[in-house]
Amino acid sequence: MPQPSDTTAGVGPSPLARAHVSPWGDRAWGAGVSILGGSILVVAGLILAELGGVSLVAWKKLGLLRFLFGSDWDPVQDKFGALPFIYGTLVTSTIAIVVAVPVSVGLALFLSEMGPKQLRRPVGFAIEVLAAIPSVIFGLWGLFVMVPWLRESVEPFLQAVLGFLPLFQGPMIGLGYLAAGLILAIMILPTIASVTLEVLKTVPLALKEGALALGATRWEAIRMAVLPYARPGIVGAALLGLGRALGETMAVTMVIGNAPDIHASLFAPGYSLPAVIANEFAEATGDVHVGALASLGLVLFGITVLLNALAQVLIRAVSRGMSRGAA
Amino acid sequence: MTSLRWRKFVDRFWTLASAAGVLAALVPLASLLWLVVSHGAAGLSWTFFTNLPAPVGETGGGVGNGIVGTLLLVAIASVIALPVGIGAGVFLAEKGNGRAGELIRFVTEVLSGVPSIVIGIVAYGLVVARMKHFSALAGGLALALLMIPTLARSTEEFVRLVPGALREASLALGVPKWKTSLLVILRTAAGGIITAVLLAVARAAGETAPLLFTALNNQYWNLRADQPTASLTVQIFNYAISPYEDWHNKAWTAALVLLLLVGVLNLLARILSRNRMEGAR
Repeated sequence: MPQPSDTTAGVGPSPLARAHVSPWGDRAWGAGVSILGGSILVVAGLILAELGGVSLVAWKKLGLLRFLFGSDWDPVQDKFGALPFIYGTLVTSTIAIVVAVPVSVGLALFLSEMGPKQLRRPVGFAIEVLAAIPSVIFGLWGLFVMVPWLRESVEPFLQAVLGFLPLFQGPMIGLGYLAAGLILAIMILPTIASVTLEVLKTVPLALKEGALALGATRWEAIRMAVLPYARPGIVGAALLGLGRALGETMAVTMVIGNAPDIHASLFAPGYSLPAVIANEFAEATGDVHVGALASLGLVLFGITVLLNALAQVLIRAVSRGMSRGAA
Repeated sequence: MTSLRWRKFVDRFWTLASAAGVLAALVPLASLLWLVVSHGAAGLSWTFFTNLPAPVGETGGGVGNGIVGTLLLVAIASVIALPVGIGAGVFLAEKGNGRAGELIRFVTEVLSGVPSIVIGIVAYGLVVARMKHFSALAGGLALALLMIPTLARSTEEFVRLVPGALREASLALGVPKWKTSLLVILRTAAGGIITAVLLAVARAAGETAPLLFTALNNQYWNLRADQPTASLTVQIFNYAISPYEDWHNKAWTAALVLLLLVGVLNLLARILSRNRMEGAR
């Protein structure tokens, strides 16, 4: 404790001497905080080590290529091919991105540039609410509201109009790739919209003002000045959304139909990486089964880490203003 | 040069298109909220909060053990995640400008995008595989691992918001660095950090996937960390995918309860952060 007299000018030892009063408090605090900071790296290491550890049995027994590209999944007969799940995850995430990116970019533009100011706060609040809803509730809504709607209205319509494409053929049961993709789109929408909004805020005002001053309409200013500048950031936002879509579990599990097959039709029931882990892990029939499921988790982990790292790099590039070349 | 009228039309078109984006987001939200409230409210009663789940075919019954289980899991998760997450955030804000800080910040960002189901496998490997049975501890650990990166990021943000002049004033008065951090900086940022904690807890309470094979489920009351535990979210999942009409209704009611819990936590966080903002100005 420094004495009060220390701080009165001219009395007591020099203020510089105070550094020697108790270095231990500072050292302990610094060390403690550094250890807690370093623990993030420990957590990351633990995640990697445990995923590897649990899945090792399966890697040894099954072989990498046969596991990744096998299309038979039958735990009872010890057949573990990951392809139907990888395929289902890719298809549903693609649908989600194709639907969610235009909607969220539109939403972000409406909130930041085009919409009336009075609507910005309530709409922004609604998007926050959407982001806070637990995934199992999306699943519940998807199962009892969206799936019947798809079965009775959307899928017959799509088949009537676009039925010549293999994507829209086959029986319409509601549960399937399309349902999973659409529920994912709704769920990743807040992520993409809010990151896009942040990115749009970093666009220098002068760019837009310059375009407007040259006689551009509002949309022309957005298209020619704002969007080119923000593009890498929007791509980053989409990648973050994609990362969420790939790993999203409960809602997909509840509406994708859970059939380990590969179908060209979006109406058909499929399966995804997280869904099969969720459904089978607790009742896995042996070490190899557990290992195979954990390997699926490892694949998922690898993909999402790569996507997130890439997204961070892109988003930081925009907010640091390094994207000028992209225009 | 295209005509002005055409350019204005295009401008109007894209304005409407962006408004359509808003609508596409709000319609599912409104439908979801309305249905959870309208379907769920019918089953609300006192016993729904206090009773154990009833077997198929019996009327009544509730999700009391699920609510208690969710609280237990969140409590275990908070005990683990709060010191680590907040501590890491303070590190990033105060000492995070070097190489190590950059690395840790990057890892934190990347970790916060790891799917919760993957974290569930990690908790399974760490606890369930070693103890040879499912437990609330495993579920709590999974939720903690999910909370840590989020907490670290938002704590850093709030600590960095504290004006540098406060720190300088404190140091100039001769207060040691550690006391300045603890009693001046953290105390000023406390409102923000509590907001961050509430949001992280709300997110954890709504998690289902990592609990399926860590905390598993339990038909009865449980307050022990080494036993399997029911949770509101897993209960909703099991009711929803069951073939029984009565259980579907219970899923909606349980969803309403979960939504209220998450909503109250978010609302508290909002009020706190607003007061803090106004106090700071």
